[in-house]
Amino acid sequence: MTLLDALLRCVAVLAVFLVFPLVIGQTEHKVMAHMQGRLGPMYAGGFHGWAQLVADGVKFAQKEDVVPAEADRRVFQLAPAVALLPYLVVLIAIPVGPHGLVGQAVDAGLFFVLAVMGVGVLGSLMAGWASANKFSLLGGIRTAAQLMSYELPMLLAAASVAMAAGTLSLSGIVDAFHWWWVPWQVVGGFVFFTAGLAELQRPPFDMPVADSEIIFGAYTEYTGLRFALFLLSEYAGILVLCALTTVLFLGGWHGPFSDGLGWLWTLLKTFALAFVVIWLRVTYPRLREDQLMRFAWTVLIPLSLAQLALTGVVKVVIS
Amino acid sequence: MAPLPGRGLAKGLAVTLRTMTRRSVTAQYPDVQPELPPRSRGVIGLLEENCTVCMLCARECPDWCIYIDSHKETLPAADPGARARTRNVLDRFAIDFSLCMYCGICIEVCPFDALFWSPEFEYAETDIHELTHERDRLREWMWTVPAPPALDPAAEEPKEVAAARKTADKQAAAAAAAREAAAAPAAVSPSPDSAEEQQDS
Repeated sequence: MTLLDALLRCVAVLAVFLVFPLVIGQTEHKVMAHMQGRLGPMYAGGFHGWAQLVADGVKFAQKEDVVPAEADRRVFQLAPAVALLPYLVVLIAIPVGPHGLVGQAVDAGLFFVLAVMGVGVLGSLMAGWASANKFSLLGGIRTAAQLMSYELPMLLAAASVAMAAGTLSLSGIVDAFHWWWVPWQVVGGFVFFTAGLAELQRPPFDMPVADSEIIFGAYTEYTGLRFALFLLSEYAGILVLCALTTVLFLGGWHGPFSDGLGWLWTLLKTFALAFVVIWLRVTYPRLREDQLMRFAWTVLIPLSLAQLALTGVVKVVIS
Repeated sequence: MAPLPGRGLAKGLAVTLRTMTRRSVTAQYPDVQPELPPRSRGVIGLLEENCTVCMLCARECPDWCIYIDSHKETLPAADPGARARTRNVLDRFAIDFSLCMYCGICIEVCPFDALFWSPEFEYAETDIHELTHERDRLREWMWTVPAPPALDPAAEEPKEVAAARKTADKQAAAAAAAREAAAAPAAVSPSPDSAEEQQDS
């Protein structure tokens, strides 16, 4: 791999990282509005408010960057980067199409991706601790608790796919995919997607930022660009989660004409899942903290264990 | 049969999805004017030609938001022996719309049809003092007062129309009777009198 090739791939990944979350954010604005019988943004940019998030970005950039007097300055300022950058790193390893259409193929890709995604939550924890604010601290602790509970079913579900494919490489998993994997791994897919939602703190699992009780959780003290980075990391997280679910459970680039249009299939499935994320947010109310924990420990973990057992049994039978 | 578990969750998803496929109810107000119902209470217009400064509106107003000033003018006597007449002249008529509660009592109470509801509603101001509108502005709003809605097909005839028609019918009947009375002698013996009468009628 030449230097130019590597540079090109990095730029492409960066472009995707900067554009796609905004597309998802704009889709959320519009879809949520129409699901609630509203119109959503209509003015920014002229045509149906397409530039709303650009306008938001400009607004955030103009705001004063406030650091509370009692805050742990360095940690406070570093937290948004810690929250955002892991998703950029994960994006490098996600295969989009066949024949090496991936930022950087990693042999233990699944392992790498899940490990790095876990780092993102550290940003919220740092923000909550460094803000010197009781609401921020509560939010940060809730984030940590949620991560502890939901990381386990997520890993078990991912392990089930790795077991089925017999490889940890993401490209290898998609290569080994057959259509009947969808019904076979459907429970795992559900667990993975749901646990991922909880890790992103998306509604209905947004207890850590429950604005009616702890203002905005770990992000309470943030303003301006740093706050915008936290928001961006949420949407980048949606992109990463949907892309990962696509790759692991929906067969990535598999579909008609997958040789030429494989990347299109991946994108299509990813955005369909992103729509589901928004749909769930609009439809369901927030889970209470104890419900949240009970759901992870009494529903998701047994389900993922059952999936793991099923995968093992089928794997032994067909080999 | 017991309902399936998770049925409520699926129902919720169906509701939001169905709402998305329907037209949203948002009214894009500054771009699109709202369709107001008939007899909307937007603002009160003053037809000052009809005002006699009787002050009934100002006295009935529950929150005292109508200001009226006037003076008397003496009209010279029409005949040498007659008394000089006086008449009220309106100097100021203002409504403070920061106080007005749009009850419409002033309009109901006006015996001379000088006050009317107008559907015009875009008269917001940045200063509360500027919401007191003087009579020139109130007169301008008269142009926006819509014609009264038509009566129901089976409604009783309006009193004015009934009275006017009754008079007209009476006159027509009298004229017809006169014509017949004139025509009857004319058939027997035509005379110059009857020709004159016919011209008159």
